[in-house]
Amino acid sequence: MKARSFKRVYVWELPVRFFHWINALSITVLAVTGFIIANPPAIMSNAEASDVYWFGTVRFIHFATAYVFFFNMILRVYWSFVGNRFSSWRAFWPFSKKMWHNFLHVIKVDVFLANEKRPDIKDISIGHNSVAAFSYVVLFLLALVQVFTGFGLYSATSSWWLPKLFSWVVPFMGGDFIVRTIHHATTWLFILFTLIHVYLVFYHDWLEGRGEVSSMFGGYKFVCEERLKKIEEEELEAPVDEEELEIID
Amino acid sequence: MATEKSVKETYYESIIKQGYSRRDFMKFATYIAAYMGLETSMIGQVAKSLENTYRIPVIWEHYQECTCCSESFIRSDHPIVSDIILDKISLDYTLTLMAASGHQAEAAKHATMEKYKGEYILCVEGSVPLGDDGNYCCIAGRSAKDLLIEAAEGAKAIIAWGSCASNGCVQAAYPNPTEATPIHKIIKNKPIIRVPGCPPIGEVMAGIIVHMITFGRLPELDGLGRPKAFYSKRVHDSCYRRPYYDAGLFAESFDDQNAKDGYCLYKVGCRGPMTYNSCGTIKWNNGVSYPIQSGHGCIGCSEEDFWDNGPFYERLTGLAGFGIESTADTIGKVAAGVVAGGLAVHAVAANISKRKELNSRTTRGKQNEKKLDS
Repeated sequence: MKARSFKRVYVWELPVRFFHWINALSITVLAVTGFIIANPPAIMSNAEASDVYWFGTVRFIHFATAYVFFFNMILRVYWSFVGNRFSSWRAFWPFSKKMWHNFLHVIKVDVFLANEKRPDIKDISIGHNSVAAFSYVVLFLLALVQVFTGFGLYSATSSWWLPKLFSWVVPFMGGDFIVRTIHHATTWLFILFTLIHVYLVFYHDWLEGRGEVSSMFGGYKFVCEERLKKIEEEELEAPVDEEELEIID
Repeated sequence: MATEKSVKETYYESIIKQGYSRRDFMKFATYIAAYMGLETSMIGQVAKSLENTYRIPVIWEHYQECTCCSESFIRSDHPIVSDIILDKISLDYTLTLMAASGHQAEAAKHATMEKYKGEYILCVEGSVPLGDDGNYCCIAGRSAKDLLIEAAEGAKAIIAWGSCASNGCVQAAYPNPTEATPIHKIIKNKPIIRVPGCPPIGEVMAGIIVHMITFGRLPELDGLGRPKAFYSKRVHDSCYRRPYYDAGLFAESFDDQNAKDGYCLYKVGCRGPMTYNSCGTIKWNNGVSYPIQSGHGCIGCSEEDFWDNGPFYERLTGLAGFGIESTADTIGKVAAGVVAGGLAVHAVAANISKRKELNSRTTRGKQNEKKLDS
């Protein structure tokens, strides 16, 4: 096996990383408070009801976090128009030939664990691979379901115009019952997504050693030098990256 | 009744004729205005309208139902409601209360439909079966669907009384053998007021009729076609046990101390937080009580498909198509377990299948470590 050197590439910009962790945190808070609201634990108290408000507080946290989740999502959509190529909406667009080629490759090599005789270096995605990108599109749609059902249920008790925009959802679906059921069931899909997402991040980090896990903290991934050559020739004048990392692989 | 309708009289005239005093009448106007959510300055308008308005002809059809809506209506708080609005004066046709029967009754109905075409109000109690050509519900030899379409043709507006006419209620519960169908899914070209509830509150029913008499138009409706005055708040929002909910104090079972202390019934299946109705404010049986006040959770009788939404005494999230015992949570837990197991298997398989790649990487990683200039 030939020696291979890696270069540090800035993949996830700061707004993307902020989005990721605010999103992860708010989903966690929403799921935990959501399950408490669905089936509150039997915390009894000797105090009068007028002195206790913990369940109201849990609901308040749920609603407040819902706003954080929602606005965070809007900012991410904005960033997909101004961010770099890895965060652009184009990276998630599933209808190109290249995308489908990579999709099948990932299914074959990473899901069914086949070994290729001649691995093509270009099959290793620098940003999202096609399957991952597709899963984020699905997650985005699930998030929309939660936003519509959640704000729909919330709109009746709010006087602000923003939740009121969703007041048609409950009549459209036929009543609070079914909307609540969808809202509750979709939470489980978020949990399933999280399980698979976290596992695959660990899997890629362990198998490829390109800094998959740390990239969402620092923003950098390690990419084979040969994939950068073209750019470097074009930008010979550019100052050399002092922190350039070279490891024989 | 049909036989009396040749004499044209106002509501007020018929009320006085029935032996009520002017004082009784004014009491009724005040009481019904309050239930309709009108301010006190509007009482005069209600009274004036009842004095000057000629009775609106009403045809009240009964299809797949249990007559609990009619029962609720005639037990409304004030006797004038049942005596004048329903029983003696307004109804040209109602199976339960009319004196005429057989051909006479049908003839009277048709006479009203022709004479007051475009003017009469059609009240429908019960759902309409569409299965087997509608044979599950026939009156006078004709199917309910036929009769409904015929009666709706010349109606000014339709009031769908109760959950049967609004949502299909129990006979539309899964698997709905007769294909019981609510009115708004059959009649599309008429204004329909949906008044769900099993039964709806008598005062609500009276309030809607008086609103139409007083203002000459339909009450303001919400997105589901329900009058906003009575269905814009959830039972939960006006529940006197709400402070216990916010404090997180719940009855865990019906015989525990918490239930005796009057704590919130949320965890024993109360559907108040999802049910739009005015039980918490208007209450039942002349304002005496309502289910939650009597220690029983709301069963959500005015909501769509309330029979199919799991047992009444558990906080479940039933999912249709997964069997009666399945809830979203059990399915979710099983799915999470399966996924976690699958991921564990995948992790082991990955280490076996990609062992060469991993081994060479580990070896070279160690070599590099030794080469470090420390």
